[in-house]
Amino acid sequence: MTATLLFIQALNGLQFGLILFLIAAGLTLVFGVMDFINLAHGVQYMVGAYLAAAFTAWTGNFGLALLLALPTALAFGLLLEVLVFRHLYDRDHLDQVLATFGVIVFLNQAVKFVWGAAPLNVPVPEILSGSVEITDGLLYPVYRLAIIAAGLAVALLLYVLVSRTRVGMLVRAGATNPEMVSALGVNIQRLFMVVFGFGAMLAGFAGAMVAPILSVEPGMGDNILILAFVVIVIGGIGSIRGAFLAAILIGLVDTVGRSFAPNILRFFLDPATASQTGRAIAPMLIYIFMAAILFFRPSGLFPAKR
Amino acid sequence: MTELIHAHPSSFAPSPSRIERVPLVLFAILALAPLLAPLTGAEGYVLSLLSRVMIFGLAAMSLDLILGYGALVSFGHAAFLGIGGYAVGILASHGSEDALIQIPLALAASALFATVTGTISLRTKGVYFIMITLAFGQMLFFLATSLAAYGGDDGMTLASRSLMAGTSILKNDRVFYGLVLFCLLGTYLLSRGIVASRFGRVLRGTRENAVRMEAIGFHPFRYQLLAYVISGMMAGLAGFLLANQAEFISPSYMTWQRSGELIFMVVLGGIGSLHGAIIGAAVFLLLEEFLPEILHFAASALGSDLQSRLVENWKMIFGPLLILIVLFARGGITGLLGRGRHG
Amino acid sequence: MADALLELRNLRKSYGALVVTDDVSLSVPTGEVHAIIGPNGAGKTTLIHQISGLVPSVSGQVLFDGQDVTRLPMHERVRRGLARSFQITSVLPGFSALENVSLAVQARSGSSYRLFGNAARERQLNEPAMECLNLVGLGARAQIQAGLLSHGEKRQLELAIALATEPKLLLLDEPLAGTGHDESRRVLDVLQRLRSHTTILLIEHDMEAVFSLADRISVLVYGRLIATDTPERIRANPEVRSAYLGEEEMA
Repeated sequence: MTATLLFIQALNGLQFGLILFLIAAGLTLVFGVMDFINLAHGVQYMVGAYLAAAFTAWTGNFGLALLLALPTALAFGLLLEVLVFRHLYDRDHLDQVLATFGVIVFLNQAVKFVWGAAPLNVPVPEILSGSVEITDGLLYPVYRLAIIAAGLAVALLLYVLVSRTRVGMLVRAGATNPEMVSALGVNIQRLFMVVFGFGAMLAGFAGAMVAPILSVEPGMGDNILILAFVVIVIGGIGSIRGAFLAAILIGLVDTVGRSFAPNILRFFLDPATASQTGRAIAPMLIYIFMAAILFFRPSGLFPAKR
Repeated sequence: MTELIHAHPSSFAPSPSRIERVPLVLFAILALAPLLAPLTGAEGYVLSLLSRVMIFGLAAMSLDLILGYGALVSFGHAAFLGIGGYAVGILASHGSEDALIQIPLALAASALFATVTGTISLRTKGVYFIMITLAFGQMLFFLATSLAAYGGDDGMTLASRSLMAGTSILKNDRVFYGLVLFCLLGTYLLSRGIVASRFGRVLRGTRENAVRMEAIGFHPFRYQLLAYVISGMMAGLAGFLLANQAEFISPSYMTWQRSGELIFMVVLGGIGSLHGAIIGAAVFLLLEEFLPEILHFAASALGSDLQSRLVENWKMIFGPLLILIVLFARGGITGLLGRGRHG
Repeated sequence: MADALLELRNLRKSYGALVVTDDVSLSVPTGEVHAIIGPNGAGKTTLIHQISGLVPSVSGQVLFDGQDVTRLPMHERVRRGLARSFQITSVLPGFSALENVSLAVQARSGSSYRLFGNAARERQLNEPAMECLNLVGLGARAQIQAGLLSHGEKRQLELAIALATEPKLLLLDEPLAGTGHDESRRVLDVLQRLRSHTTILLIEHDMEAVFSLADRISVLVYGRLIATDTPERIRANPEVRSAYLGEEEMA
């Protein structure tokens, strides 16, 4: 029983980790290449979810909605880049944090303005709505498996893009040594826009994918943003590989920790205290995990910059 | 206004009277406010609003001490507000309602948290420091939400304000206002002293060039840690006051958005001037308080439907306003008043 | 070599496959002015970084005043009397010249954990600082904000700061870098005056200055020391001449 539960939780953790990776990938690239802290990356995830909800309501088809949401999320990201972020690249981190904080305040309210404060529900697409039997009697929703598949596919795609294409090479070089890239005569402004738009689209994709399993509501991007930051800091800023590994780790630690911390503590404490402390400690686990990693490796697991 | 900008001192030792003028006016206003408050016809409201302003001013100023003078962008400073607040709530729920017990424990808890998290955070630099302080703040936030015995997500309402040496004089809004003002002035003077002291000079030097400081024999880490602890204790004191002002404590005291707001107050007022942080807090809170009303007034021509939607969604104006301030008002309000950072 | 103030034993440093400091051994006796010269990219600055502790060494030892300091961080080495200046001017721009120096005095004189009292008005810090400023010829500019000083003055200020730590050994990383003719004369005068106060190890591109100043000269080429000798013999050394030929005119 515990083994199957562990397996289910591990699957959930993997799914959560992959969603985190989709968000963190764009964040770490933007961070690494442009040295730009974008707190508004979380609201791009939220916007992706809202777009999926709106397009699903409009077309009645989640797949079609996803196809429409992606370019819209991209366009939206580029719009923000031109309007706000572009003016912040040469500012210090503090200004970037604050201005993008302003973007969050605006967008969290703006989605309320457009769609209302009540959470929206997106139905799980019919083809993916069933469950599969993992072991005797234990069902797992197909849609969650689909998220895992999609997440892995995007991770693979991203890996190929970054390691095999010219733009990917520039992005990697940019994350290691931005001065060199601009010295090579590359149009940095355009590279920035490409990276930015792509990151926004990935976050939007993540938001759209979770729309059917989470409630779509204002502020939904705020806490996941912090987790994405934890991921890229653990992974090493600018490192896709690090982000992937850290995202999966965080996903597993959080999900598995939440369901098992009370059980594990039961070995040391009486049941009542164990379940209470367990519940208290579980949400803190990833932060303790992060602190521990940074204590030994102050620049994360795979620092891109030398 | 232009006159003030042109008056930017080009001499290297501005006359003391010039330096003191802004904070002097600031504290004079705060001291006189309770006398004038009855004239507004809403004394309770004015006192409570100004108390909040001063409490957040204290918290923002404590942040300015490390941010402005130590270049340490702590993105988890609201955690200390929470520690101070929960010290009140938890102790009160166990029967210790006296401020003379609560304050020392709030300060000790803040110091302990700052020492532990600072020791780890200060090993990292730049962006990593911002992120790790953020993470520690989140850690405490989630701890608070899971403290079922102390209200969990919903927080806890205080039965009354803290006692002061066994008496309940703090129930009187004027007395409480006086206590807040006293704390603010005290920590302000303390901070000024620290900034000018030997210790403060090392901190300021580290802000400008940490390698140079090492090259003359300083180990910046220890000084930054001590500054971080002092700053955390001051913010913890602000948390104690905030819990008493609101007579309510909840995890919302320490959301990361709250930490962001504290940074914003410091930047808005002008980094590295201490009193600037207080001004920044005042402008921020008053804007938050009155922007809906201003919008209501400004949009009166637009028809009542649009007007009410606009007022309801005032944050859609507030957000862009924050962005514009960052983009165009460098140096903050104290910068506009004729002084940048001193150091 | 028992009386060597600074001794380097088989010091190495590499970045990946690139060896920047290759088995460098050197000893500098007390009172000497020792110059390290070499073509661009020879690894001179890295060597200074290794000696001062800014950059860790892969292997080998740094002995200072009879003690192994190889593993000590920079600030500990400074406390033992090993001061340095930087090639790229590195002063605290927002502080006055006097405060820059008195901070260095403060570093070696007692507590810096005092939270009260105005440090800028402490005579026991300002007076020794003023002496250092006078020694480098900046006395009249003490109250000027360091960021506003001319480039040459900043170089002088660097020297004053290093002096204020009361070093037994001064490590100078191109003290004349970027100075104009008049400025470099002034800095050179200062250095001449300093030689009676302290031992100096410097790297410098200005050959005229090096040969007029140094008691002994070491030549570093691609991370290796190829010669250490008096200025006259270095000038005559064929290996040195070939390493330098076409690189720079040996004065």
